[in-house]
Amino acid sequence: MEKMPKWADVVLIPLISLLLAAGLSALVILAIGESPTEALNLMIEGALGSTYGWGYTLYYATNFLFTGLAVAVAYHAGLFNIGGEGQAMLGGLGVAYACLFIPWPHWTVALLFASVAAALFGAAWAAIPAYLQAKRGSHVVITTIMFNFIAAALLNYMLVNILKPEGGFDPATARFPDAVHLPSLHEILLPLGINFSKNAPANVSLLVALAACVLVWLLIWRTWLGYEIRSYGKSETGARYAGMSPVKITMIAMLISGALCGMMAINNVMGEAERLVLNATEGAGFIGIAVALMGRNHPFGVFLAAILFGFLYQGGAELALWTSIPRELIVVIQALVILFTGALDNMVRMPLEKIFIALRKEKA
Amino acid sequence: MSLMKSFLGAAATLAMTAGLAVAEPALIFDLGGKFDKSFNEAAHNGAQRWAEETGGKYREIELQSEAQREQALRRFAEAGANPVVTMGFAMADPLSTVAPDYPDTKFVVIDVNWLDLPNVRQVGFAEHEGSYLVGMLAAMSSKSGTVGFIGGMDVPLIRHFACGYAQGVKAVNPDATVVANMTGTTPAAWNDPVKGSELTKAQISQGADVVYAAAGGTGVGVLQTAADEGILSIGVDSNQNHLHPGKVLTSMLKRVDVAVYEAMKAGEAVETGVFTMGLAEEGVGFAMDEYNADLVSEEMAATVNATRQQIIDGEVSVASYYADSSCPVLEF
Repeated sequence: MEKMPKWADVVLIPLISLLLAAGLSALVILAIGESPTEALNLMIEGALGSTYGWGYTLYYATNFLFTGLAVAVAYHAGLFNIGGEGQAMLGGLGVAYACLFIPWPHWTVALLFASVAAALFGAAWAAIPAYLQAKRGSHVVITTIMFNFIAAALLNYMLVNILKPEGGFDPATARFPDAVHLPSLHEILLPLGINFSKNAPANVSLLVALAACVLVWLLIWRTWLGYEIRSYGKSETGARYAGMSPVKITMIAMLISGALCGMMAINNVMGEAERLVLNATEGAGFIGIAVALMGRNHPFGVFLAAILFGFLYQGGAELALWTSIPRELIVVIQALVILFTGALDNMVRMPLEKIFIALRKEKA
Repeated sequence: MSLMKSFLGAAATLAMTAGLAVAEPALIFDLGGKFDKSFNEAAHNGAQRWAEETGGKYREIELQSEAQREQALRRFAEAGANPVVTMGFAMADPLSTVAPDYPDTKFVVIDVNWLDLPNVRQVGFAEHEGSYLVGMLAAMSSKSGTVGFIGGMDVPLIRHFACGYAQGVKAVNPDATVVANMTGTTPAAWNDPVKGSELTKAQISQGADVVYAAAGGTGVGVLQTAADEGILSIGVDSNQNHLHPGKVLTSMLKRVDVAVYEAMKAGEAVETGVFTMGLAEEGVGFAMDEYNADLVSEEMAATVNATRQQIIDGEVSVASYYADSSCPVLEF
């Protein structure tokens, strides 16, 4: 018998954790002499109060959707992919090559092929740790995190020595041609009569990310492969006994995970910056872990958590713009949310379980 | 509902106060953060000096992500901040999209001098010339004939520093060896004193007895280890001679603080265009004070000052890494 109803697990626990995190953040803000209510107002108004704010919130959320889904897929196979950062950097490299060196006739074609390039580069970067895990038993946590540094070094080398345009001072590629410009939400929604902010970076890759959510859901819960991935994740010996190949499942799960991380680049590199810069991923690969944890590794949960973290990023930016709350404190607020929703999950879960069991006994 | 109303009310009041504060300057720090003991901190010092002298106020933001560059520029411009002062070469691209949308706002950008925008004041520094002079001092002070260079990330700007330094070293001692290392490949490299310390030890083991750090906060570790191990070091950006009196040979000054101060002082009337702060403008130079008086003899100082004048007069030319993305005396 379940200890508590499903809605409590999926809704109540994250909500209470969030409230706890918010309460503690309020205390911290109070301690440095700023008003917590004003800060909250600013965050809500700045992130959700205008299409401009939404445009940034959704832009960040798109990044986190890709990396969150990536972590979730690997997690279902019992693998912990911490290499999202590096895989997303390589995805950026794939997008840059696709956009810079091939004259695309239209953005739709460019988007399709850039996505494929990003996915291939990301998957290739995940393939080596996956192979080492599957064949040699080198733990994927260690190898993926090491590959993040190798990816950073590779990107640095490529940008400074090879992809930097002649006479440029900035370690970044040239701007992508206009033909590969992805329509922003402003351009998509204008024909529908909605005047979305022109200056916000959210773009068509949000729709790709949402499609990826559905596809991941189908993959994990509606396909034979997904069944294998989940069985292997729950019990390796059980899966082995049932005749499933651990090597195959590890490789496939990690390749899908890497491909999803790589595809983040169509949002931040192709959609927003329209060129590849040194610091393109900025921790989204790591935020993906928190997003997946908070979203219970379910695509819909990942979607909600990605929006929440998008809100925290954009709201945090507004705080930094209009108050004297230092940016370190904004990181503290974001960290508190991660801490309570991810790491301290049991702190909320255990008392709640007891309450539900007690309630049930009373009824019985 | 009433809660929502009070939210909106507060937001509206806030928006109004933001709108009223016209013509306050704004300062956008780069990702390194306000207190990086280097580039951004120099800007902060310049802005503080302006605020103290005039009693004025300015808005500021420390960027946290790439997407915020354009965002911060637009938000400050829309709120009526003028001028909007921004830091670092990475602002060049966002500025070229944003600045034309706000023709009445003046923007100032430090470390950029290649844009063509009518309402932007671009201030570039001749870091290679300053580095050339400290390179000469390093070579004169070195007994082993091997000197070190520790950069932050391997980006063109830091190669530009290293290249000028190596040319100065070779000008004094053509047989000298320059050992150059970069700290890392992620932005963490700008603030990693522990790694700076390790690299210093590695360079000492290769014979270096003077090291030049151009690595932001990482340099603190370089200067510390050099002092502990009994070799000389060279600071960067601000005058860092006082950190370890008698152990820091000199500092390569890059007067970002002056550039920011002057821009803020000029206010809305700030002159736009491309400005290069070189040796003649005292935008770069080497630091002399009571802390390094015993390290730099009068003869050394005289030689370097003579070269400084020759560079200003065009008799000595220092090759810039930017010119053709390569350095005549140093391989990267």
